[in-house]
Amino acid sequence: MNWKRAAIASLAAVPVIALFAWGFTKDPNNIPSPLPGRMAPDFSLAVFAPGQPPMALPVGDTVHLAKLRGEVVVLNFWASWCLSCRDEHRTLSAFAKRYADRPVHFLGVLYNDRPAPAISWIDEMGGQEYPSVNDVDAHTAIDYGLYGVPETYFIDGNGRVAFKQTGPVTDAILTHEVDSLIAALPAGTRPGGSADTAAPTLAPAKTKGTP
Amino acid sequence: MTGLLAHDALMVSLVLVLVGAIMGTLGIRGRRADWVQIAFGTVYGNFVLVTVATLAMIYALVTHDFSISYVAQVGSRETPLFYTVISLWGALEGSILFWAWVLGAYSTAVVFINRKRAGNLVPWASVTLLVVALFFAILLVGPANPFHAVFPVPGDGPGPNPLLQNHILMAVHPPLLYLGYVGMAVPFAFAMGAMLSGEVVSDDWIKITRPYLLVSWGFLSAAIIAGMWWSYEVLGWGGYWAWDPVENASFMPWLVATAFLHSAMVQERRGMLRLWNLNLMVGTFVLTILGTFLTRSGILSSVHSFTQGPIGYYFLVFIAVVLVVTLVMVAGNSDRLRSTGHLESAASRETVFLLNNLFLTAFMFTVLIGTLFPLVAEALRGLKVTVGEPFFNKMTLPLIVSLIFLMGVGPALPWGAASKADMKAKLLPPFAGAVVMAVIALVTGARNPYAVLTFAFVGYAAFANFREYWIGMSARHAAHDEGWATALVRLVQGNRRRYGGYVAHIGILFVALGIAASQSFRTEREATLKPGESLTVAGHTARLKEVWGRQEPQRAVIGATMEVVENGKVVATADPRMNFYPTQSTPVPTPQVISSIGGDLYFNLMAFDQNGAHATVKLIVQPLVPWIWFGGGIVVLGAIIGVFPKRRRRTAPAAVRVPVPAVVLPIPREGEA
Repeated sequence: MNWKRAAIASLAAVPVIALFAWGFTKDPNNIPSPLPGRMAPDFSLAVFAPGQPPMALPVGDTVHLAKLRGEVVVLNFWASWCLSCRDEHRTLSAFAKRYADRPVHFLGVLYNDRPAPAISWIDEMGGQEYPSVNDVDAHTAIDYGLYGVPETYFIDGNGRVAFKQTGPVTDAILTHEVDSLIAALPAGTRPGGSADTAAPTLAPAKTKGTP
Repeated sequence: MTGLLAHDALMVSLVLVLVGAIMGTLGIRGRRADWVQIAFGTVYGNFVLVTVATLAMIYALVTHDFSISYVAQVGSRETPLFYTVISLWGALEGSILFWAWVLGAYSTAVVFINRKRAGNLVPWASVTLLVVALFFAILLVGPANPFHAVFPVPGDGPGPNPLLQNHILMAVHPPLLYLGYVGMAVPFAFAMGAMLSGEVVSDDWIKITRPYLLVSWGFLSAAIIAGMWWSYEVLGWGGYWAWDPVENASFMPWLVATAFLHSAMVQERRGMLRLWNLNLMVGTFVLTILGTFLTRSGILSSVHSFTQGPIGYYFLVFIAVVLVVTLVMVAGNSDRLRSTGHLESAASRETVFLLNNLFLTAFMFTVLIGTLFPLVAEALRGLKVTVGEPFFNKMTLPLIVSLIFLMGVGPALPWGAASKADMKAKLLPPFAGAVVMAVIALVTGARNPYAVLTFAFVGYAAFANFREYWIGMSARHAAHDEGWATALVRLVQGNRRRYGGYVAHIGILFVALGIAASQSFRTEREATLKPGESLTVAGHTARLKEVWGRQEPQRAVIGATMEVVENGKVVATADPRMNFYPTQSTPVPTPQVISSIGGDLYFNLMAFDQNGAHATVKLIVQPLVPWIWFGGGIVVLGAIIGVFPKRRRRTAPAAVRVPVPAVVLPIPREGEA
């Protein structure tokens, strides 16, 4: 063996490995979403899963995003056929329960799925704290440029998208985003935060059925 | 239950290959033949265990056992049985399992066939194979474990990626690719074995290794063609090659292996290119690992890339180990690998092989640079770029055209040195073929210089390769008074490698012609039609009969029935469709192809009216596309002929069968399975 030559040759591997190692810090599919900083696309979607009190909404009511202006909104796109949605479900639901009396709304948006399997999924997972609406024909998902499920949008008090999470959310992300958005709400809007002012904002125009 | 059994089998296999690699190494170093035998035994044992795990996975898929993570990820109660079984390789974890199984099968075959050979070549080769198996075993019990328990157990799963359950070729292309790709580990193992045992100084090991490389090369060739065919029939854009990273990943090892198949002959004949050949052999394997890494780690954006996960880091470590070990071994041994022969003349077959190797490796580096460039650009300049077809086409077309020309020159020239008269006699007549084909190209309307050159050189090379057959057969016919058929069979038997090579050349020429013609003469039109209306493209008229829809268990299907009309009569019908899968936001196009020897009518449904009042249909007319698939079959036939060793004694068998490729059917299917 010519060890000197071997050592020199092995150096050739260094730039290649360095390049790949660097490549791992990047996600090639992560083409930055243009949405953060812009107004969240509006929608009116019908509730199919009511959630638990105090966040519960009657099934069939319409949720109109624009009417939630003034408070923080967490939109979570999910589906019963999505495996990662299972992973984040417990975190999301528990977080929503903890923040039930803060000025923030949680809303599940069902993507490319039917209400029946979605409702049995919720039962199987031990319930969902917040209501879910059905995005029939995925129009809202297209407006948001959904890449896949789960995907979670954090919308500030002015109706702008502040942050978008592709893939499952974690408790740390939820805490950081929601806390900072609540802190940014104009002083006096909702100092203590109570659930009863939330009810009228969500009180839907009684348009039954799917939009 | 199934999950536990399979997981245990994989755990045991991990321990077994680790023990095997250690025992083998210690056994060789300490001259303990019984320990080496144990190492051989672990190769067999590993294969049995991985087989158990693979069968368990198939069982779990078929019985919809959603408590197993992989089944929950790719399974669905609505998916037809056939696609359920083949979803074994439909996603990352399953494909790693299948990979490990193919590696186990190859390793077992290699060890069993060569177990009695004296010397340390085979023991070291099996240790190398065990180390590679160890990597996959680690993946399977770690980041790519397909047998994770899912709780609570879902009632149903999303089913495989719709693109993968839309066509029968998904059952053919991935296994062929794995057989080709994983098979390259065998020549690599022999190369490492040769260096570790010192046998690298003799040229004997090259002869042992060549058939294994040829087998893998045949599978890889078939896989590339099947992959082209799949993308042509499924993706709906009427193309078969897009220089996507994953296509490049399969093509780069093929180029290097092809270079080796030629340069190995120079080493065997003239004792030259020994270090070069070693580089090609290990390079092929490194490129397969690199290709797997690039496409499976999520480092590059590709149609085939899977989600990013920790598996990428494992691959990074593995590729680093392989690269460093390979470079150290090859460079450390380079002193011993001096050429014993030299070039006698520029006018010789050796020279052509050298040029062929130069072009093939330049080709590989071009593809490699194009594939990695987005990564480099982002690392150095922070730019997001994609390298597309224009780069690859511009850079590789001159190489492709030159290689086709060399395919005609090489077989014509003798080894050693050719005299002037020889060269005239050998190299001039094939120009007749070139002229005929160039005229055909020009008359049919080709104006692109590369297209015309391709036609001309295909004519040249076809003439030269067929003439080699003709010369050999007429010599036998005259000398032994054999019939032409007997002469052909005996000729091929006498030198399978040489004549198998010529067959592969002819297959490549078919592929080249199919690509050149379909790229030059593609015509397409899109029209929105009401039932009864028709569109005409390049003289072909198709009429919309109806727009229909139906609900299938796993999907909804919308189709448009198109009738091909000639002289007022319906001669064929096609049903391009869109398949709607519940888990997919966009429909999956399902084009329909009507093939004939002259070319394809490619129908794709672009849009439709909900009430069936009209449909938008694209019709692409492409000549000679089926020649690509047919040519691929011929290439594989060439590999099959070449794999068998030369017959030692020439007896006269009553009947000799020429093997026929079972893997690539030369005639495209019509209708859907």
